[in-house]
Amino acid sequence: MKQRISTFILGTALALAANGGALAQDKTVKVGVLTDNSGLYSDLGGAGSTLAAQMAIEDSGMAAKGWKIDLISADHQNKPDIATTIARQWIDVEKVDVLMDVLNSGVALAVNNVVKEKNSVMINSGAASSDLTNAQCTPNTVHWTYDTYMLAHSTGAALVKAGGDTWYFITADYAFGAALERDTTAVVLASGGKVVGSVKHPLNSSDFSSFLLQAQASKAKIIGMANAGGDTTNTIKQAAEFGIVAGGQKLAGLLLFISDVHSLGLNVAQGLNLSSTFYWDMNDQTRAFSKRFADRMKTKAMPTMVQAGVYSGLLHYFKALEALGGNPHDGAKEVAKMKEIPTDDALFGKGSIQPNGRALHPAYLFEVKKPAESKGPWDYYKLIGTTPGDQAFRPLSESACPLLKK
Amino acid sequence: MQALYAQLLVGLINGSFYALLSLGLAVIFGMLNIINFAHGAVYMMGAFVAYFLLNLTGVGYWWALLIAPIVVGIFGMILERTMLQWLAGLDHLYGLLLTFGMALIIQGVFQNYFGSSGLPYSIPDYPQIGGYHGLQGGMNLGFMFLPIYRGWVVIFSLVVCLATWYTIERTRLGSYLRAATENPTLVRAFGINVPRMITLTFGLGVGLAALAGVLSAPINQVRPLMGADLIIVVFAVVVIGGMGSIMGSIITGFALGVIEGMTKYFYPEASNTVVFVLMVLVLLVKPTGLTGRAA
Repeated sequence: MKQRISTFILGTALALAANGGALAQDKTVKVGVLTDNSGLYSDLGGAGSTLAAQMAIEDSGMAAKGWKIDLISADHQNKPDIATTIARQWIDVEKVDVLMDVLNSGVALAVNNVVKEKNSVMINSGAASSDLTNAQCTPNTVHWTYDTYMLAHSTGAALVKAGGDTWYFITADYAFGAALERDTTAVVLASGGKVVGSVKHPLNSSDFSSFLLQAQASKAKIIGMANAGGDTTNTIKQAAEFGIVAGGQKLAGLLLFISDVHSLGLNVAQGLNLSSTFYWDMNDQTRAFSKRFADRMKTKAMPTMVQAGVYSGLLHYFKALEALGGNPHDGAKEVAKMKEIPTDDALFGKGSIQPNGRALHPAYLFEVKKPAESKGPWDYYKLIGTTPGDQAFRPLSESACPLLKK
Repeated sequence: MQALYAQLLVGLINGSFYALLSLGLAVIFGMLNIINFAHGAVYMMGAFVAYFLLNLTGVGYWWALLIAPIVVGIFGMILERTMLQWLAGLDHLYGLLLTFGMALIIQGVFQNYFGSSGLPYSIPDYPQIGGYHGLQGGMNLGFMFLPIYRGWVVIFSLVVCLATWYTIERTRLGSYLRAATENPTLVRAFGINVPRMITLTFGLGVGLAALAGVLSAPINQVRPLMGADLIIVVFAVVVIGGMGSIMGSIITGFALGVIEGMTKYFYPEASNTVVFVLMVLVLLVKPTGLTGRAA
């Protein structure tokens, strides 16, 4: 009898232990891609970002190791209120573990707060504002692909060095445009240049002629376009019409994606300088990934740096989960692990994540090829400079991130 | 002061698009009593037809100006015959909802295949007369550099608008049309095929939108959402001008383009909202619109 009871206790203890172990090794993950699926940024993120996440899940080999990964996506319509509603619902009801992409700086800064409040994870690829890892940094956000500080220092500094010392800005009137103009202005002033004026236009405008005439009248050598997507392509196209480049002024696309260049065509886009952390035609690995990606895209488009960032950011997140031995469902803990492990993947190369959440990797300065130099569709860029990862982004000593003050 | 002239002219250019589009809306509303929310979608289709003509068949801009409105007009007439005609006599809301749904479907299909960034379409470079290459390049007017293409848009759309107004208000065909709107039964009694006339009118309104689409293709990217972005403003233009008033929508179209242009100069942040502020003011003072008659 006594033996029976002790066997029973032992059995209970074993069952408890097994159960406890199973809890620690929860191997389910839910990934949510929150992006612009229908608006002016949907070509640079959109369905391509969801596809990139899908490919990361497949390529990670997590399923073979016993993980169960679900993927959902939603359209935030570039509206912060819609985005935060979706984010709350995803985290509370759908039990989403990690929010991917979240392009549009206005949206990203709003979702940033939700993710922190709910102790979830955001791996941001598409938003530009460097505030995400500066004053607005949180222990739950990783900013993966690029930011306004990098763009300003790479493109802005190169143009001032080449003699463009007076600037006029055409700026998208929301968080992103303001951040990009601010960061670029700092670089221009620091390099000895001058900013002679700027004009703010509403997001998603179709006619830029009024703004271009004001830029033309300013006589600035460089017209800096602190906007993105459809706004930038329309500005560039209409600038050609008003003879701005022919008149000796130079356009600076501070944020140009390969989808924009493809949409403009090389005839219009040739000679523009732009900065990017990813280009499909960098090496065998990026080419292999991009071909696979384009084959699965409905529009047959090559990946933008935003979509590539979703892919490699998510792969790194999975590495962190594996290192934790299971999904702790604790955003801050998962992000801390991500910062601990050095980043290394096929698309962005080796790098690291800083304590403020900023992922470091090299930034490339490209020039858009002339039509004669291009060997075919999507052969658009030639590399003219590389900034190493540790210099491309804001140094920690200049960061106002509260996490660093502990 | 020079800058002001330039902004006035630029406003006039945008006004041309507003005028052409609101004219089509006014014609359709005036004759069919349908609030056509698919107007932006057919405008976009006009631009896409021009793009396809050039890239698939090599047919250039000048022919596209003629062919695209006809192709899209026929598409519109098919819509009218198969769907819209059944809504005649019902509340405006039904037509509005149906055309709104159509617009979403058309835009969705184009976006699915062509993405959102748009496709390039350049300004025509023929015929080459003297030193000019078609409509490329520009002229220095002293106070501004005017792209020739923009000048062409203003003149061409003005001509089209006035021609449409003349046809409807001053010709026999136009008088039939107006009579058919007032009292279709009576006009039928005179042996005029009213349903066919209504179909053709819808085709005309849609064709005008497609024409505006072709005109805008070289200025803006040919994008699936190009119409959706514009149509809300155009509706405001029609409301300000007075629903169904032909001349009212033409004048308001140009005038609002100019007012918007001025706003872009003095207070650019408000340039997307100024039209709607005006709309509210007009509705408060004169609910039928500036030139509208009380129903």
